[in-house]
Amino acid sequence: MQQEIQITCRNIWKVFGPNPEEFMERHKGNPSPEAFKAEGYIGAVQDVSFDVYAGEILIIMGLSGSGKSTIIRCITRLNDPTRGQMEYEGKDLLRATAQELIELRRHKMGMVFQNFGLLPHRDVLSNVAFPLEVQGIDLATRNARAKEMVDLVGLGGRENYFPRELSGGQQQRVGIARSLAVEPDVWFLDEPFSALDPLIRAEMQDEFIRLQRMLKKTIVFITHDFEEATKLADRIGIMKDGRMVQLDTAEELVLNPADDYVAEFARNAPRDRIVSVGAIMEKLQDETGSTENGISAKAKIGEVAEQVLNSPAPVPVIGEEGNILGMLSRERITKALFGKEDR
Amino acid sequence: MDVSAPGRNGFADRFLHRESLPLQMLVAGVAALVISFAMDWTWVWPMEWAIPVKSWISDLFRWLDKEATFGLFTVKQATRTISWVLKQPLIWTEQLLWKGAKPYEFLPVMWIVIGAVAGIVTNRVRDLRFAMIVVAAILGIVIIDSLPFVLLSLTKALKIAPWMEPRAFIGISQIPAHILDAVMASSKLKHIPWIAIVLGFGVFGHWVGGWRLAIIVVLCMSYLAVTGLWRDSMKTFSLVVVAVPFSALVGLWLGVWVTRSKRAARIITPIFDLMQATPHLAYLVPVVVMFGAGQVPALIATVIFAMPPMARCTILAIQTVPSDIVESGRMSGCTPRQLLWKVILPSSQKTLLLGLNQVIMQTLAMVVIASLVGAQGLGHKLLFSLQQLKLGFATMQGMAIVLMAVVLDRLTQAYANRASSYVHHDKMSFFQRHAHIGMIFLILAISIIASLYLRDVSILSRKHLLFDGKDALELDKVIKAVTFSLIDYIRPIRDFLTVYTLIPMRDFYHSVPWSVIAAVLAVVSYRLGGWTLTALTEGLMLLIVVAIGNWALATTTFYFVSSALVICVAIGVPVGVWAARSERVAKVVMFGCDMLQTFPSFIYLLPAIMLFRVGELAIIFAIIPYATVPAIRYTYLGLKRIPAVTIEAATTNGCTSWQRLWKVELPVAIPEIMLGVNQTIMMALAMTAITALIGGQDLGQEIYRALPTSDAGRGVMAGLGIASLGIIADRLIGAWASKRKAALGMD
Repeated sequence: MQQEIQITCRNIWKVFGPNPEEFMERHKGNPSPEAFKAEGYIGAVQDVSFDVYAGEILIIMGLSGSGKSTIIRCITRLNDPTRGQMEYEGKDLLRATAQELIELRRHKMGMVFQNFGLLPHRDVLSNVAFPLEVQGIDLATRNARAKEMVDLVGLGGRENYFPRELSGGQQQRVGIARSLAVEPDVWFLDEPFSALDPLIRAEMQDEFIRLQRMLKKTIVFITHDFEEATKLADRIGIMKDGRMVQLDTAEELVLNPADDYVAEFARNAPRDRIVSVGAIMEKLQDETGSTENGISAKAKIGEVAEQVLNSPAPVPVIGEEGNILGMLSRERITKALFGKEDR
Repeated sequence: MDVSAPGRNGFADRFLHRESLPLQMLVAGVAALVISFAMDWTWVWPMEWAIPVKSWISDLFRWLDKEATFGLFTVKQATRTISWVLKQPLIWTEQLLWKGAKPYEFLPVMWIVIGAVAGIVTNRVRDLRFAMIVVAAILGIVIIDSLPFVLLSLTKALKIAPWMEPRAFIGISQIPAHILDAVMASSKLKHIPWIAIVLGFGVFGHWVGGWRLAIIVVLCMSYLAVTGLWRDSMKTFSLVVVAVPFSALVGLWLGVWVTRSKRAARIITPIFDLMQATPHLAYLVPVVVMFGAGQVPALIATVIFAMPPMARCTILAIQTVPSDIVESGRMSGCTPRQLLWKVILPSSQKTLLLGLNQVIMQTLAMVVIASLVGAQGLGHKLLFSLQQLKLGFATMQGMAIVLMAVVLDRLTQAYANRASSYVHHDKMSFFQRHAHIGMIFLILAISIIASLYLRDVSILSRKHLLFDGKDALELDKVIKAVTFSLIDYIRPIRDFLTVYTLIPMRDFYHSVPWSVIAAVLAVVSYRLGGWTLTALTEGLMLLIVVAIGNWALATTTFYFVSSALVICVAIGVPVGVWAARSERVAKVVMFGCDMLQTFPSFIYLLPAIMLFRVGELAIIFAIIPYATVPAIRYTYLGLKRIPAVTIEAATTNGCTSWQRLWKVELPVAIPEIMLGVNQTIMMALAMTAITALIGGQDLGQEIYRALPTSDAGRGVMAGLGIASLGIIADRLIGAWASKRKAALGMD
């Protein structure tokens, strides 16, 4: 992807314990897992590097305790990293003064929290208007803007309700509206739908996709749900024990997992919706042949499965210019759909 | 076997770590006893060896009072200035509630009301910040304007320039009142009529808790009026009204500070621990020495006493705000100050308001006790009646205190619930939204006008009282007749218990050498908390023996507390178990506990005196109702908190109800129950100090005797002695409970 880089993280460490600085110093910036255990320190984030491109949806996932929530809190500086470099649009994030950080959060960043983080003593409108209020924007302007946001997330008419009078899904809509009220450039979502029931979660995911199509923000999204990640992400980073194991597209994770841990994650992924025809076809050397009944290389295999499986011979795969790229056989699609291991 | 190091060290080491605790205690005790036969000083610490901390403290206070100076002015002048400043709001409140005053004397109140109204209005139309600026501006201008007057009044109060006539230097802000003064020909304005206060409380009660609460409040408050105790009630109430904002604000500020700064936490937390273990009575002594007797010293002692609960609640409130809320506030771009005022404090409003409730209740309890140093009001009357054994009057006055406590408690609790219920209201008109406050102003206006024509509206005249002195005398006769007829039954029990259990127990405690207790304490502390805990408990023990120099008084206190404790636990734990077994019982029991906790501790002397007159049994009887509550509560909660799965497992394993209790529930709940016992000890200690009024010859008596003589050292050290006993018990039980909880995996 040739895109502008919005956030850069290099060799980020976040260590919890009595004196993390000294601990890192003593172990020359790279303590072993044994050292962590022996001295009672926790390496929540260990040597993590990645970039976030402008306009992409980057999803970081992992089990609880893998450090995914800590890394998002490092980027937003809710937690200060112990070691590492971070840049936001080329500016050093770690050197930002308290005032600069406040300004950054007031104008550039928005964040949605797992348990919503709504202010219980304020109604919907005033919760959404809160980020504007702390900037000192006058009441009429901020309420008008907040009203727009409330309507955007489909809560029009409930402006005067208090959080405790709303369902979980509605509360998270308020959280989303609040995080968008300042028109941030980067949108951080920390397991935004994990506290919701499955049905509502699906609904909120669709809502999220709708909003993103309209707003086109740069998004860093945390989840522990691989299906959610594949549904929403451009790229997925998988974390384990504080380290970033693999950062790639869903398709790559499924087809070329870096290790068993990633493979385990990908095992139950909806391959039919992730893997595209082009990735598993048999490439033709000379790219000649009949394009009759051909299928697009970009199509997900689930969409073409019926056709390929019903066809006795391999089906031709066609590129964007209408030329033939390769062939897809029954055997290949079966293997892609049901995993690598032989059954 | 390790034969290479058979020295004493090895033996002691093995003894300390391997043997069972009872055996260790026995060995340590016997060893100390044997030693004490040989060395007299380990039996009774010789008087001449005592470190004279008492007289050092007394000298310090004397020096502060007589000679100490900050250079420009003396400490005495400083304390007088503080008194004078604190006295002003008290004077204004008293004028409003029961004294009445000339128009110009109402002036400060008038400006405060104007400031408050302006603040409320601007808060509604803009925000809190703006409102605070407006209020500060109004009050600031008034203060600057009247500064010459204030300063001159102060110099007059300090007797620096007694010839001054401050009223000659009036400011612009005072002119309206002087005009009013001239118009009214200097006649006095009346205080707020009782009817307005009773109904006003009722309307507030309706607002926060509906009709039921409104009726309860009106009935309780009416009692104060119809028994002729209105004026005394308002005297007490004035002190509460003035003390509460001070305690609440200082407590809030301290609490915020502790959560902000690690260093503050390190300094303040142990001070609060000490303050919490120190009985009410002990606060009075240093205050009396520094400030003399009267309303203002009572106020100061009250503010200091009632402040820690607010600070504790604030700390708890701030620490329990969900991290999502704090983080969302930070991500919204809050500055640290915005985060505190707009996010953290408002979202923990309920805990803060419950802290305020505690402050109010503690304030009332302390104001009542402060009658010992000259606080006026119900406590003063009650104390007088008790001393004269006028039990009829005492009952009437005690009842008034109880009802006042109930009203304040119920109103603030209901308010805390209401204020943090957060429900939206669809389209209400201005009048609907302000119905209650409008009603209060209407009642106020009508009753003030009515009071101009009808004296009874202002305060009930003697002949219109429902109960008066004659009824109290009748009541007195009834109580005396009842107790007289009961005494034939009570006396044998009392005498039997006193002669065959209490006195032998007391004599036993007195006969045990202090070194035996110290040795046993050391072993227990070491086993429960290692060297740190041992150092702390032994340090406090030595403080009692060496510095306070009155081991006998401390053992008497210990004897009262331990005797009461046995009964409290014997009652409290079964009642707690019973409540945990039945929802219906729980409802009744918890209501009873709420009630018992609401009453100021002073009140519990009353039934004790009625039944047992003075004496040791009366003292123990007075402690029991006050101190049993935590034993019940913690037992109930401890049992209720056992996971349902554990109980289901026990039931499916075939336990009978009793087996379930003995083999499953109690063992699991015991750490929690012990924490309740801990609270019981603390409350029993506090109450024991107060029983000095009915003749306990213990540390409390020492404080009580120090009061009239203003002997600071004596009172302070006795107070510290009680606090030390409390802290020793608290730390030991706390260490045990957390060890046990860890063993049960319940952290």
